[in-house]
Amino acid sequence: MNQKNPLAGFRDGLGRFGDAVHDRWLSTPGWQRWVLYVLLIVGALLLPSESLAPIMSPYTDWATILFFPIGTYVVLAIGLNVVVGQAGLLDLGFVAFYAVGGYAMALIGTRLGWNFWLILVVGIGICALSGLTLGAPTLRLRGDYLAIVTLGFGEIIRITARNTDEIGGPNGIRGIPHPPSIEDFSLFGVNFSEVFGVDPFKYGNLNTHPYYYLLVALAVIVIILVKRWEKSRVGRAWAAIREDEDAAEVMGVPTFRFKLLAFAIGASIGGAMGVLWAAKSISINPNDFQFLLSATILAAVVMGGSGNLPGVMLGAFLVAWLPERFRGLQEYRMLIFGAVLVALMIFRPEGLLPSRQRKAELQEGTGGMGTLGAEVPGPDSQVEEVASK
Amino acid sequence: MLLEVKDIHVHYGKIEALKGISVEVNEGEIVTLIGANGAGKTTTLKTISGLRPLSSGNITFDGNDISKMPGHQRVVAGLGQAPEGRGVFPGMTVQDNLLMGAYTRSGDFSADLEEVYELFPRLKERRTQMGGTMSGGEQQMLAIGRALMAKPKLLLLDEPSMGLAPLIVQQIFSIIEEINRRGTTVLLVEQNAQQALKLAHRAYVLETGKVVKSAPADELLNDPAVQAAYLGGGVAHDLVEEAAGAPGSASAPEEPA
Repeated sequence: MNQKNPLAGFRDGLGRFGDAVHDRWLSTPGWQRWVLYVLLIVGALLLPSESLAPIMSPYTDWATILFFPIGTYVVLAIGLNVVVGQAGLLDLGFVAFYAVGGYAMALIGTRLGWNFWLILVVGIGICALSGLTLGAPTLRLRGDYLAIVTLGFGEIIRITARNTDEIGGPNGIRGIPHPPSIEDFSLFGVNFSEVFGVDPFKYGNLNTHPYYYLLVALAVIVIILVKRWEKSRVGRAWAAIREDEDAAEVMGVPTFRFKLLAFAIGASIGGAMGVLWAAKSISINPNDFQFLLSATILAAVVMGGSGNLPGVMLGAFLVAWLPERFRGLQEYRMLIFGAVLVALMIFRPEGLLPSRQRKAELQEGTGGMGTLGAEVPGPDSQVEEVASK
Repeated sequence: MLLEVKDIHVHYGKIEALKGISVEVNEGEIVTLIGANGAGKTTTLKTISGLRPLSSGNITFDGNDISKMPGHQRVVAGLGQAPEGRGVFPGMTVQDNLLMGAYTRSGDFSADLEEVYELFPRLKERRTQMGGTMSGGEQQMLAIGRALMAKPKLLLLDEPSMGLAPLIVQQIFSIIEEINRRGTTVLLVEQNAQQALKLAHRAYVLETGKVVKSAPADELLNDPAVQAAYLGGGVAHDLVEEAAGAPGSASAPEEPA
């Protein structure tokens, strides 16, 4: 491609390392994979440990930022990855579904006094429905046009919330109930709060740990579901749509229906996270759902390696963690953060841990990135086609 | 009659791209649509495969009116297409591309895969290679093979010669002939009119969204007007053909003389 320099060498080396890890993984027997999965979950549960705090987060409470922004961004990125990474639909208003989930929790919790678990289910349903509602008229658009409409939708939700006094207007909603607690939880005669110093199911205002565990549980369920979809006929259809929508249609893939499905699934995941986040936060207001959040999550997906789950999660972790880690640098931290993003896009344009498929799509150049990079057959090009007669 | 396209009109915004096109394809035939850039050939094909909506007119396939049927269902009905610009999935391996072609079917495709690999031995060699890393000719073979995986009754081919070297074009056209011999009806859109007319049984000449001529292919091949317009009849053309030493240069335009 370009002439050899140390940086390119480093880049290629990183790529080869990634491929080697990937190949090793593909040849890993099932039981070893399960061992690793269990280790990862245990690792995730141990992550809020105080011994990590001085390294990971010297300026803010580690367990707190582990729930928000880090954990929240990771779950949101997994949801957005279904839409952007798998189906190839550029969604700039993902925060809208997070907001719908948050408001569902806040409104139903404060007005109707329902239980968190019930609201979680209902909230996911509402978000899936709002995904379908937004998707049905807009998913006939492609690429840039879809991006603009979703961008608008994100803003409409926020501004509507701000201007609707019935749901608190700009002040938002306060007094959102926490999930129901189980106090003094013990398993096999081990009292958790005595032994580990944490009561894992006591949802109060003081300790973030229980919410973080809940988030890990949500993330694990979401990852299992998303992985299953990815490997199914649905996942193959998404990949085909992302790579060439017209070709997918003439292969017999009901493209519109599958795009709607991706939208609804992404919305549900964003909404579930919104419910959980609102249940911890006590109060929410429209300013929690700025466009910047959509952009950040999208950056996490693209930077981590759109379409590849571990990459996307790593991207989200970095995007959330880096600004917190360097909080001590005051205003300069955003400058550094920006520089890191730029550097990444120069040296790893395909993302930190891209899927092999995505790499091939990028190399092909034209249609590869789905609607992220495709030439968009908009009204103009169609007119040209005819005008050339 | 396998396919009957009757007086179809198609619009891009306010511009009328197809102004009442009628095309018929009988079972077992190779029919070609020829014409200049922008004549509406590709639009006709896209309308048949359901990628463009009809403004008026209707399309009957295998006895059923499919005018309003969405594209993906037309595949189930038996329409297979190798789209314009090949439309190979770049991030999938050759084999995955082929399996994508069988998306609407269930069961075991290994026999069909073997059949495609037999037609295109090249694809078998490259079965684990990513679609996007193949040459233009290989991608075209893949696009045709992929369409065959759906076991279509009618195969729609959009400019299979586009951007390919003459030798590869020859190769692909002879495979199309073979596919037809094995029982698949073919509707071929081509700018390379001479090659297409030599291959096809019947042809339609399209000009600015209308059919201006339809006749058996060899008749059109010898038609002076068609020669002048699409076959580059005349001295200059002969020189080019001789200079290039293109195979089959002795045929076509010179024949009537």
